[in-house]
Amino acid sequence: MTASLSLATPLPVAQPDPRNVVVNIQGLNKYYGEFHVLRDIDLTVHEGERIVLCGPSGSGKSTLIRCINQLEVAEKGSIRVYDTDLAANHRAAAQVRSEIGMVFQHFNLFPHMSVLDNCTLAPMSVRGLSRQEAEERARFYLNKVGIENQAGKYPSQLSGGQQQRVAIARALCMKPKIMLFDEPTSALDPEMVAEVLDVLVKLADTGMTMLCVTHEMGFARQVAQRVLFLDGGQVIEDSPPEAFFNNPQSARAKGFLAQILH
Amino acid sequence: MTFDDLLAMFVNPELLERYGPRFVDGLLVTGKLVAISFTLGAVLGLLLALARMSKSQLLQRLAAGYIYFFRGSPLLAQLFLLYYGLGSLKSFWQDVGLWWFFRDAWFCTLLAFTLNTAAYQAEIFRGSLLAVAPGQYEAAKALSLKRSTTFFKVILPQSLIVAIGPLGNELILMIKASAIASLVTIYDLMGVTKLAFSRSFDFQIYLWAAVLYLLIVEIVRRSLKHIEARLGRHLR
Repeated sequence: MTASLSLATPLPVAQPDPRNVVVNIQGLNKYYGEFHVLRDIDLTVHEGERIVLCGPSGSGKSTLIRCINQLEVAEKGSIRVYDTDLAANHRAAAQVRSEIGMVFQHFNLFPHMSVLDNCTLAPMSVRGLSRQEAEERARFYLNKVGIENQAGKYPSQLSGGQQQRVAIARALCMKPKIMLFDEPTSALDPEMVAEVLDVLVKLADTGMTMLCVTHEMGFARQVAQRVLFLDGGQVIEDSPPEAFFNNPQSARAKGFLAQILH
Repeated sequence: MTFDDLLAMFVNPELLERYGPRFVDGLLVTGKLVAISFTLGAVLGLLLALARMSKSQLLQRLAAGYIYFFRGSPLLAQLFLLYYGLGSLKSFWQDVGLWWFFRDAWFCTLLAFTLNTAAYQAEIFRGSLLAVAPGQYEAAKALSLKRSTTFFKVILPQSLIVAIGPLGNELILMIKASAIASLVTIYDLMGVTKLAFSRSFDFQIYLWAAVLYLLIVEIVRRSLKHIEARLGRHLR
């Protein structure tokens, strides 16, 4: 288990400056055909902020973070990441995407590559690292997530929790400035949720800017500075976790919390 | 009937001595013909599959039309169309400097086989590319991989595992279909068989041919099994 893993050396992330705006979203609207997924979303994320997004299924939370990573393109509104307008300049947008790491619900590891190769592919082909440098970096992060000894295995030989930790290490190998998590524990067996959340908590301690779609409310309480509650494509609540959990403002958030907190 | 008589019905040493070397040559010609056209067909087929899946309507339609034509008409007809049809435009080919190509049965056969198998392989590749999970494309995008890296390092290796079975099938069909090359003066395995039979009138010649085709197919089958195991080593 990762509980035994110490983070004696912190992950090498520069000290975050909370005055810096890293993501600035204004008037974002997105449709899937007739379905209006995101309605007039405004969101500002500062450096080092840890934001949990929650809300009922279909509320647009995944779509929102996928828009930040350009996996989805919104019809209206603007997204600026590190002052780069994603819609304006294709090349600059591609550049800024490489500063964003993403972890998916279903891991999306490359099944035909070993754990190590999964982690070295992008640093070598995008960042231009030599194999040796890339492997060194990969082993460093695999060590951080507690699976360095599985580096030679294929993803299918690992448990779900281990695969998700590899996926986190793979994203970190690009040394991103922002990490996006799209329900990182939703596809896991219950006993594997903890080992992944453990890694996320440690990552949060390094000052990484994180946006995490999750329904792990304990995690939200422990780690998040802001909880965003989405419903019907709108941000209904945006408040610190204590305020959100103890005193939700909207009826919808109250209903939602009653459903998921037993 | 003694054992020697029986043996002579199937493997007559005299016949074997006379036609054996020709059969070896024929075997090599068949092997070369299929190997070259199948390989070129794979490259063309992959490009056609990509064209069929491209965003451009024009490319999609052109590729679809090509595949429709070459899958929808007999290989024999395509070969004759190339060799006798295009071959009859002698002065035109001489003008454009391609007569050396179209007067040669070997080149025409190679071309016909390549164009034909490309159509089938395109459909195999298209299906196998569609079989790769969309999450793989997303992960590659999220890692900012270039499109070429995504295709060659992430997508193609996974789709080949799906494609290898049908590709093997197509290869085996090609080996057997290559016998029609003998109809345009090529001395492939079938060509030498017909020649040997027309001189000896001994039916065992056809038996040899059948066994030799079987042998090639068996070699291919075993190699494919080997390749399949290698490509899918992460699945064990």
